[in-house]
Amino acid sequence: MTTVATPTFASEVASRFGSLARSRETGIFLAFALVVIATTVKNPAFLFSGDGWRDLLLTPAIVAVVAIGQAMVIITRSVDLSVGSIVGLSAYLVGTLFVAMPGFPVAVMFLVGIAFGALLGLVNGALVAFGKVPAMVITLGTLYAFRGINVAWTGSNRINASDMPASFLALGTKQFLTIPVLTLIALAILVAVAWYMANTRGGREFYAIGSDPAAAELYGLAKTRRVLVAFVASGAASGLGGVLFAARYGTINSQVGDGLELQAIGAAVIGGVAIVGGSGTVVGAVLGAYLLLTINRALPVLGIPDFWQRAVVGALIIGAIILDRVLANRQTKRLRAERDAA
Amino acid sequence: MTTLLTAEPAALGRTYANFGRPAWRRLLFTREMAIIALLSVVVITASVMVPKFATPVTMGYLLFDITPILFIALAMAPVMITGDIDLSVGSMVGLSGVTLGLCSQAGLSIPVAALAALAVGALGGLVNGLLVTRIGLPALAVTIGTLALYRGIAVGLLGTTAITQFDKSWTTLVKSRIGTTGIPMVMIVFVVLLVAFSIVLHYTPFGRGVFAIGLSKDAAVFSGVKADRTRLVLFVVSGLMAALAGIYYVLYYTSARGDNATGMELQVIAAVVLGGVSVFGGRGALHGVVAGVLLIGVLSKALQLVNITSDVVSIITGVLLVGSVIAGSVMNWVQSRRVKPALGPAPSTTA
Amino acid sequence: MLGKSRAGIRALAGVAVMSMLLIAGCSSDDTATPDASGSATANLKMTFLPKNLGNPYFDTSFKGVEAAVADFGGTVTQVGPAKGDDPAGQVSYINTATQQQVGGLIVSANDKSAICDALKEAMTAGVKVVTFDSDTTPDCRNLFVNQATAEGIAKVQVDIIASEIGDAGEIAILSASANATNQNAWIEMMKTELAANHPNIKLVDTVYGNDDDQTSFDKTAGLISAHPNLKGIISPTTVGIAAAARYLSTSDSKGKVMLTGLGTPNQMRAFVEDGTVTEFALWNPEELGSLAAYAAAALAKGEITGKEGDKFKAGDKEYTVGADATVLLGEPYRFNKDNIADFQF
Repeated sequence: MTTVATPTFASEVASRFGSLARSRETGIFLAFALVVIATTVKNPAFLFSGDGWRDLLLTPAIVAVVAIGQAMVIITRSVDLSVGSIVGLSAYLVGTLFVAMPGFPVAVMFLVGIAFGALLGLVNGALVAFGKVPAMVITLGTLYAFRGINVAWTGSNRINASDMPASFLALGTKQFLTIPVLTLIALAILVAVAWYMANTRGGREFYAIGSDPAAAELYGLAKTRRVLVAFVASGAASGLGGVLFAARYGTINSQVGDGLELQAIGAAVIGGVAIVGGSGTVVGAVLGAYLLLTINRALPVLGIPDFWQRAVVGALIIGAIILDRVLANRQTKRLRAERDAA
Repeated sequence: MTTLLTAEPAALGRTYANFGRPAWRRLLFTREMAIIALLSVVVITASVMVPKFATPVTMGYLLFDITPILFIALAMAPVMITGDIDLSVGSMVGLSGVTLGLCSQAGLSIPVAALAALAVGALGGLVNGLLVTRIGLPALAVTIGTLALYRGIAVGLLGTTAITQFDKSWTTLVKSRIGTTGIPMVMIVFVVLLVAFSIVLHYTPFGRGVFAIGLSKDAAVFSGVKADRTRLVLFVVSGLMAALAGIYYVLYYTSARGDNATGMELQVIAAVVLGGVSVFGGRGALHGVVAGVLLIGVLSKALQLVNITSDVVSIITGVLLVGSVIAGSVMNWVQSRRVKPALGPAPSTTA
Repeated sequence: MLGKSRAGIRALAGVAVMSMLLIAGCSSDDTATPDASGSATANLKMTFLPKNLGNPYFDTSFKGVEAAVADFGGTVTQVGPAKGDDPAGQVSYINTATQQQVGGLIVSANDKSAICDALKEAMTAGVKVVTFDSDTTPDCRNLFVNQATAEGIAKVQVDIIASEIGDAGEIAILSASANATNQNAWIEMMKTELAANHPNIKLVDTVYGNDDDQTSFDKTAGLISAHPNLKGIISPTTVGIAAAARYLSTSDSKGKVMLTGLGTPNQMRAFVEDGTVTEFALWNPEELGSLAAYAAAALAKGEITGKEGDKFKAGDKEYTVGADATVLLGEPYRFNKDNIADFQF
């Protein structure tokens, strides 16, 4: 019989610290820090000016929020391609409401955007969960349909920044203790969702369904309901992203959010969320979003023509998934060795 | 002896030929025939109701518009039948077009530049295929990465400029039509390729292997199908066809730009899925795929002629896409409800 | 064996599909023969094809087109790609106009030569092609209606920025798309003007916002962070200058980095009032649209053919066609705090 050493407090802390240090999220954060340092060396205003600090935290906030929802969907082994169109529709709705009712309370507008996005996410979720059809095809269809509705609704108009209430637009640049308000909102959502995913039964069920759907079903998890919740959450996150877009950019046309889905998926994948589901964290997805968008902003400063930005993103995504596979293989080998040794 | 009831195949969205039904029902009540029927209805309605739709000029423009999608769909169908997917085709159209433009600008003749573009396409497909088969990464993730990478290289090489000077004789050739019929000359190339792909996919062991991989990769491997090599070949072919589409695109629009054909991959997948290919793999046929591409093309063209804008076409495409997979799923559910009672109660288990 | 009968049916189906299209294509008696010139009633159906939809500058010019069309009793539809910088999208709409056999096509080109072949096919089919705002190569259109000379447009913007930054320092250009004919013509003229008359001003960068608001906004941020000594930005595009002004007005660089370019009074009013922008230029897009529509009608009616010296009436004014089949609207106009309240477009 083998004796197991009782873990001491010091060794516990050390092992927690060790796993944190080795975690994917830390790696992404280090990469992010590296990019920021390199750029700041070239131009100190990138980080140390009022505008620089604000833009660093603010610009990626929209993609970060959408990436949170996308991560939840990917973890359940699905994918949501319609997030860009939902962001566009939600932003236009916000603009239209403000134009029609200039006195609309700003706080309620956030709720309206989230609810609208959740409704669109419900359409996706119902079709995927009850229709038992592949999420990629459904969300591809809704990507087209929602974007078409957006363009039809917009016509050849656009919402101008001057049509929006000043208090709402001010949110786009207001800072609280030098942290932009929109970033604080994104952080709040992140903390709430991360806690839900890590500590509640519902959150853990997402991981179970993503790791092995058949096993989850046999185990008795309410798979349909969980998948539905994931898509509603993704829709709600995109709806919130649309409100943030309206606050930050002010001018809204029919092309808002075009291509955002690939940025969100890329951010999640780089942040450690495996595309096959079952692993990764929303914190990683947000860090991935920050890394991606900061690279975009840093390239012109570093003197690299920003045409190369997409190539950099693509190389990063491929690198991330290769890394995921290598790590997964290594872990499988290690677990097998442990099982064989025991 | 215990009998383990596994999930019915119908629930997974795959259908098998049910030889219990008469031949005419088996052959006519397929997804592909449904799409072809829908296409016929749309063509006839449009010819009657939309002025100037049923003219050689319009037919010609329609075919010119959908030619790149037709080329890519030919290769995307087998890739999806094996259960993989290739999202990087749109970016490869752009990258191969950029290659063609740069080579042509450097003084190479169009045929040589086209060969270079095809080589780039094959190389891109090879990278996709190796990452998927050798390293074992999921095709969706890999091709999302290469979508960004190839597009990034294309845009990086050209920046925001465009190359718009090409050998006149070639651009005129690409834009020419057969006699007075209005059908583009490139349709000849397409039909030849369609016949070739159909023969390989439906007549040869390689093609049967493609379907087998889609139905069950492990069973296929154990049956002797070289699954990894087949998938690799299909990715390379996909890259080649995307490059061919890119060459056509550049010569037709006389413009090589880094962002050519952005979003085309989604159009191809929509058309292929509409044409009856299942995303899970294992089923599909090329005549359905061609009908799917034509359906979307005819709808766009007809609506454009009555000045209905592209957003309505987007909505219709999206609804059609969702509707077609939901319809498939509903039919499977109906079929499983009808079949189940006939099987009788499950045999009781005795250890 | 299942293979043969199934494949046979498949082949039959494929042939059926293609032959259906052939029959549909060949059966109609409505072929695309061009209208006989000098027909009794002129074809006054017009298609208006701007660079992209949802652009305030083109919306305003469309108002002028509509007014002109109502005046000479024609009809007009506005079509265009939703995204900016999409010449292939424009080709598709040009082909549609050709098939619809409209009388006149009024287009602002996204690219100097990419849409040429489609335009030539249109002209062969009898459609009169008038380019406005952004031209193509002269052989693919009947007339070009220009808002002002390229030299004049470039000079006014360079003059404004030079006076605002003290005629010395670094400036950058925030353009629309890299292929737009008018943008490139103006930028070339700006470089010439700078070299000739402003030796102490250095043009350090040209970035492209593609007439998309978010892209222009982010590119402005990028310019300022990449060039810490930047003193001025010229944005010869109404979408670009509006986005740049919005970014500057909430940044620390307001008042330190001067902004000018081509903007519409309605979009720029708030920024002129809060001091982000002192002066900018434009012409009246409504008048430009109206002139283009009258020109197209004159061509369709056969009153002019587009050669130098032709005269036609636009409303109450008469215009003469100049060299290269170009018609000039007038001179650019400078807007600032004193006169911006007088304009509503």
